[in-house]
Amino acid sequence: MKGITLFDKIWDAHIVEEVKDGPQILYIDRHLIHEVTSPQAFTGIEKRGVPLFRPQQTIATADHNVPTKNQHLPIQDALSKTQVDALIDNCKNHGVELYGLGHPNQGIVHVIGPELGITQPGMTMVCGDSHTSTHGAFGCIAFGIGTSEVEQVFSTQCILQTKPKTMRINVDGQLSAGVGAKDIILYIISKISTSGGTGYFVEFAGSTIKDLSMEGRMTVCNMSIEMGARGGMIAPDEKTYAYMKGRPAAPKNEDWDSKLAFWQTLFTDADAEFDKEISFAASEIGPMITYGTNPAMGIAVDEALPKADGDKSVAKALDYMQFDAGKSILGKEVDFVFIGSCTNSRIEDLREVAEIVKGRKKADNITAWIVPGSKHVQEQAQQEGIDKILEEAGFELREPGCSACLAMNEDKIPAGKYCVSTSNRNFEGRQGPGSRTLLASPATAAVAAITGRITDVREFLN
Amino acid sequence: MEAFKTIISKAAPLTLENVDTDQVIPARFLKSTTRDGFGENLFRDWRFNADGSVKEDFILNKVSDATILLAGKNFGCGSSREHAAWAIHDYGFKVVVSSFFADIFKNNALNNGLLPVQVSDEFLKTLFEAIEQNPETKFKVNLETQLINIEGTDKSETYAINPYKKHCMINGLDDIDFLISKMKSIEKFEQKATA
Repeated sequence: MKGITLFDKIWDAHIVEEVKDGPQILYIDRHLIHEVTSPQAFTGIEKRGVPLFRPQQTIATADHNVPTKNQHLPIQDALSKTQVDALIDNCKNHGVELYGLGHPNQGIVHVIGPELGITQPGMTMVCGDSHTSTHGAFGCIAFGIGTSEVEQVFSTQCILQTKPKTMRINVDGQLSAGVGAKDIILYIISKISTSGGTGYFVEFAGSTIKDLSMEGRMTVCNMSIEMGARGGMIAPDEKTYAYMKGRPAAPKNEDWDSKLAFWQTLFTDADAEFDKEISFAASEIGPMITYGTNPAMGIAVDEALPKADGDKSVAKALDYMQFDAGKSILGKEVDFVFIGSCTNSRIEDLREVAEIVKGRKKADNITAWIVPGSKHVQEQAQQEGIDKILEEAGFELREPGCSACLAMNEDKIPAGKYCVSTSNRNFEGRQGPGSRTLLASPATAAVAAITGRITDVREFLN
Repeated sequence: MEAFKTIISKAAPLTLENVDTDQVIPARFLKSTTRDGFGENLFRDWRFNADGSVKEDFILNKVSDATILLAGKNFGCGSSREHAAWAIHDYGFKVVVSSFFADIFKNNALNNGLLPVQVSDEFLKTLFEAIEQNPETKFKVNLETQLINIEGTDKSETYAINPYKKHCMINGLDDIDFLISKMKSIEKFEQKATA
């Protein structure tokens, strides 16, 4: 018998039934919800008169549309307040545990899942948010869904899905100094385009991926959707188990032992075949930055900006960003630095930034926001004195939320301004109408804050 | 969900590729707790200037009465927000034609009676050319026969759709009713999984 991929092992174990000539009924182990994509689904089940089927498998937080300053005060924006209040009421009425504002577990949904031990290998997880792929770093199948699908999970703990094809992306070898997880994923997306993964579920493998920390693996899986893939995943290993052990929702005692035995079966068999397989060498990857208006428009920071050559999307992007084709991006003055989002707001990201800015000051032209992924990350940063280092460097440490990644709240980059951002999307106006986003790693963002310009992080290494 | 009937209509041509759902409906308009009214802010920052004045050049400000949106490949990439499908449908479109759709958008569209029609790159080019020659050109989208054609010509192409989804679209059925009818199997699956 031919070998089976990690993806197939987990997917097939969750099929309740196949619809004739149609999709499969896929059982969902954990459903994460937030205030923006859930209210219409709650209204939906109420209209149908059906209960929320498995509230104990549903976890809620408020993150997308919350202020990142003065979270102890009532929300000022009336529409945002209505949305967050609706989540509170809905969770209360349907028996869902809510880690809302003021709760010690509050934070970005994809940061708190792993942090609390909710995310576990072998599970199926969904959330009305495309970056649900983050959780795949633990060897589970996790993907983003629409609100109608949220309603499906509310009412039946299942969704109807057509099984995606499988792809493996291998990255092997030693990364160069100054290059990290964010650079790996920006590099991959720049090579295979924003649609290169569409229709596929991706397994990331290879020695470079294995060498990443759990947080680095989360950064890689997080941006799977930016190449169009339904999700990304990485086989669990000792690092995964070490990260999970002792977390509040992780299995305990004998339960841990039996779960561990199961997790150890979660890998792609040596003779398994993927529908598509691509390989990259880590040595080819430099510190990456995006120059355009989709995440695939990325280059190594010391490469020249591309020429449009008749490509309307590139021409439009360069015009929007006001960049000159063929020129270098290094030295370009920027206005904002945003360190945060489900891609890069974890403690290791904050430590990396602190390491670079320690004893330095941000440039005068820069406004620097650093928004931790969760209350726990925020507390940890305070315990380690990272808050002081950042404050002395002129960074503003905010309270947890999605913040300027999607600029639903008041954390907006003004029109025409440039922001080096550790988030995941650089679409036109993503960080506020007319804003210009350059996606990069926390290290590249930190050095831009210090110099006020696009800078090669390798200059700071010695 | 509204049942899908055969459409004969003009189309609004949006030739850009990789149109993301942040353009379809920017995040700052996602604060509603209902499904209604998103059409008002469809392609907000392409349709309107910051001061609220109309951008005359944008295609939706030039074409009226089109219930078909014709878009460059990889339409609907980015955020999973179903608000994008709601906005397009609420604005009055019943069909989106492209040579490639992002996965989540495609599912969201199908779940809301908005038909995503995936054609070949060549045929998409033919469709854009037909509009360029005559903006009044009408297109017929038939779901029973899975055929899209340029009215008054013999130019047509068949498109694929999952048979189950086709049945749902034609009859205005949604997945949730179907899933609820499967509750016994789901509970049985749970018992087996925890045994």
